[in-house]
Parts: sequence; structure tokens; C-alpha cells
Amino acid sequence: MIKTTAQKIYVGLIFLFLYAPILTLMMLSFNASRTRAKWGGFSLKWYSALFRNREIMQALWNTLLIAFVASLVAVVIGTIACIAINRMGRRARAVMMGITNIPMLDAEIVTGISLMLLFISFGLKFGLGTILLSHITFCIPYVVLSVMPRIKQVDASVYEAALDLGASPVKAFFKVVFPDILPGVLSGYLMAFTISLDDFIITHFTKGAGVDTLSTKIYTEVKKGIKPEMYALSTIIFVTVLLLLFLVNKTPQEKSKLQN
Amino acid sequence: MKPNKLTDRLLSAPYLLWEAIFIIVPLGMVFYYGLTDRFGAFTMENVVAIMGAEHAKALWLSIALSLASTVVCFLLAYPLAMILAHMNVSQHSFIVLIFILPMWMNFLLRTLAWQTLLEKNGVINNILEFLHMPPLAIINTPAAIILGMVYNFLPFMVLPIYNSLVKVDPNVVNAARDLGANEIQTFFKIIFPLTIPGVISGITMVFVPALTTFVISKLLGGSKILLIGNVIEEEFTQAGNWHLGSGLSIVLMVFILFNMVISAIFDKNGEGNML
Repeated sequence: MIKTTAQKIYVGLIFLFLYAPILTLMMLSFNASRTRAKWGGFSLKWYSALFRNREIMQALWNTLLIAFVASLVAVVIGTIACIAINRMGRRARAVMMGITNIPMLDAEIVTGISLMLLFISFGLKFGLGTILLSHITFCIPYVVLSVMPRIKQVDASVYEAALDLGASPVKAFFKVVFPDILPGVLSGYLMAFTISLDDFIITHFTKGAGVDTLSTKIYTEVKKGIKPEMYALSTIIFVTVLLLLFLVNKTPQEKSKLQN
Repeated sequence: MKPNKLTDRLLSAPYLLWEAIFIIVPLGMVFYYGLTDRFGAFTMENVVAIMGAEHAKALWLSIALSLASTVVCFLLAYPLAMILAHMNVSQHSFIVLIFILPMWMNFLLRTLAWQTLLEKNGVINNILEFLHMPPLAIINTPAAIILGMVYNFLPFMVLPIYNSLVKVDPNVVNAARDLGANEIQTFFKIIFPLTIPGVISGITMVFVPALTTFVISKLLGGSKILLIGNVIEEEFTQAGNWHLGSGLSIVLMVFILFNMVISAIFDKNGEGNML
């Protein structure tokens, strides 16, 4: 009894450690005072100011657009890559997986500067395009990581049976293989989207002047002081995702309860 | 699936091309810039520059702080992973709660929030004052940077350890108990050795980003503490000396490579994978 109580306290403290900054930011979004140093009473003014702030809205749009497109492209390339890698010989597979994991294991700063040097020598104009290419590159490993285990579990004979029964390879893939790997594809997409959304370092090196995502906008504001509208925006995003996750996790359980 | 040479090639072509252009070539360029001077002539100068007093100091500080935060992460994460593995929480909701959900609040803002918490008149000191305890004065010191590293990278340590703990066969543990081992013996002789791949993978996942960060030191260390990441970042974005920046990055890559080799040796089957 004492042991489990101590365990619960320990888990609680770690979660407090992980979520204390998030709670702090939420509190700051309701702070009437402009500085984060003192509490000036409860206010919703930053929430209304947020929607009038063109720059933040533009940065939000860029961030969402990049995350959406980058994770979508990464899922397509990553899933095809998994199928291809799975059909390779052992040695080729090991080499491919090794290279795939480089952006994940390497330091982000090295990935950032290496892509920056690449774009410079290709003479690409720095902007949304270069950010997008970089995000796709570092999202692919996360897609492969979650799709690969699913691909390995797919029973090859079912696919062959579909072919024998006259399905074209493409049709056989979408009818037989794809439904099996779909959970992996979806979690890969969610993972890639989240990582792209939260990225700062690689975007910092591959963005052009005048183009900002939320991360790079926050970084330039650090010295002047963060605009409280930013806290309001983060709170809205966080609470929305929290509610969505809650709903998603709630529904299947209730369904299975009904079935029982 | 029947092997078919042509479709195999067509399937792997787009990804091979992507890997070559966006992973291999860029890394090659870092080496090219790092090993040449302004005129394109070969030189080791940019790499040897790490020995210079300021750069060496930044590198040592980075190594010291990242080692310290790795140790703290390990000490915090192992008990947490053990408790969670016993509680039978669903793995999915655990990953979401510890790893994915916090990421939806921007990483820079979350780290900055520690300023508000740690400041002289910040939240933590107000609580300490209320409890009649001495105030905490760690903001803008290396200790605050370690805290920031632990805060940001703790999940990377918890996940692989948790994953390898869940895989430990309960029959092996029961067998050890039946043969008379007490809890401590069972832990050190059975459970811990079986989770070493997870621990090593966690160490790699924490040490590399901690060693190379420039954001955490900038946000929590004031402007005076320079880590090797800050030096490289400034070379690229302010000083504009890509050759020197690349040369110093090569030094970093040696550390990263060393780390990867060690984790590959301990984790041959990829057991300590993150997810």
C-alpha cells in the first residue's frame, strides 16, 4: 500500500515536471499584464487581440501548411520506401535503414546546416519551399519507423492470392495490404505532423528572410519579449488537441463496451 | 510477394533518390566546406580550430552539461519506466501523454516558461518562500541549462527503457524468484541486464541533442554561456563563416558517430527502438 502510494506520487511529480511549463503558459495567456513577471488579473484580451494580429496568423498558417504538406508527402514516400526496403536482400536493407535513420539520430543542427549548404549550392530561393523539403526529409524516418513493423507483419500469401484471383498489383495492394498497414500509416502521419509542427532548429537554418513559422517567430521575439497573443494561441492549440485526443480515445472504448 | 526486378527498382527509386539528394549529398557538403578554405583549397584549419581556447571551452562545457543531464535523465527515467510498466497503462496513451501531447505546445515557449518558473520572483521561489525555504537561484546558470535539457529530453530516455522493460519475460523473473533470488538480486541480475539495449538507446537519444543544442542554452543560460551549438549557429547565421562552422560540425559528428557505434554494438536487434 505504502509502496503503491509512493509510486503514484513519483509518477505524479514527473508529470508535474513535464506539464508545469504548459500550465504556466496557459496561466500567462489569461494574464492582463503585458509582462510575464507579474500577475495583473484575469483577462481574455489576448484572445481577441490574437485574431487581429496579422503576423501571428500568417505564421500559424505557414506552420500548419508546412506540417500538413510535409507529413503527407513523407507518408507517401515513406510507405513506398517501406515496401521497397522490405523486398530487398538483407544487406541492402541494413544499408537503407541505416541511411533512413540518419536524420533522426544525427544532431538537428547538423541536419539543418547541411540542408542549408545544399540549398545554397543549388541556388534555391530560401522560403516555404526549402522549409518544406527539409521537413519532408526529417519526417520520413518517423513514418518508416511506424509503418515498417506493420509491413513486416503483412502475410505475403494473401497478396499473392489476390493476384492469383485476378487483381492487378495496384488493386491487390490497396485492397489487401493497405488496410493492414493503415494503423501504422496513420500513426506515422500523426507523428510526422507533430514533429514538423514543433520543429525549430531545422526551420531556423532553412527559412528565408520574411518567411516565419510560429517557432521562428517566437525565437525572434525572445529578446523583445514574447507577445502574450502567442500564449493565447498555444493554449487554444493545446486544448483543441487535448479534446480531440480525448474524443478519439473515448469512442472506441465505448463501442467495445457496447459489444460486450 | 514474388520478386520482380523491374517493379522492385521502380519502387525503391524515388526513395533512393530522396536519400541521396537530401541526406547523403548535404552531409558531403558539410565535409567539403569543413575541409576547404575560402578558395576551395584543402585545409584542416577549420577542424583544428576546435582546439582554440574559446571553442575548446564551449565543447567541454557542452560535454559536461550533456553528460550531467543524461545521468539525471537516466536516474529519473528508470524508476518511472518500471512503475509504468507494472501499472499496465496502455502503451499508446502513455506515449501520447509523455511524448506527443506536450509537443503541441511550442518547444521554445515550453522552455521559456521555465524562466517564469525559475526567476528570482518566479513561481517556484514564491512557493519556496511560502514554505520558508531558501530561494533557488539557478536561472542563467549551467544548472538551469541542465534542467532545460532534462525537461526536453526526458521522454527520449523513458520510452526505450519502458519498451525494453515491457518485453522482459515474466517467466524469467519468476524463475529467478523460485530459485531464491530476492528482489534486489532479481533486479540487478535479471531485469537490468535485459533492459540494457533500451538504456543505451535512451542514452544516445538524450546525449546527442543535449550535446548539440543551442536553443536551451540561449533561452535559459542568459547570453553569457556559450555551448558548442551556439558557436556553430553563430558561425552560420551571424559571422557567415560556413567553412569554420562546418569544420566544427565535423568534430560534433565524430562524437555522434561514436555514440551511434556504441548503441549499435549493444543493440544488435534494434530492441531498444523508440516506438
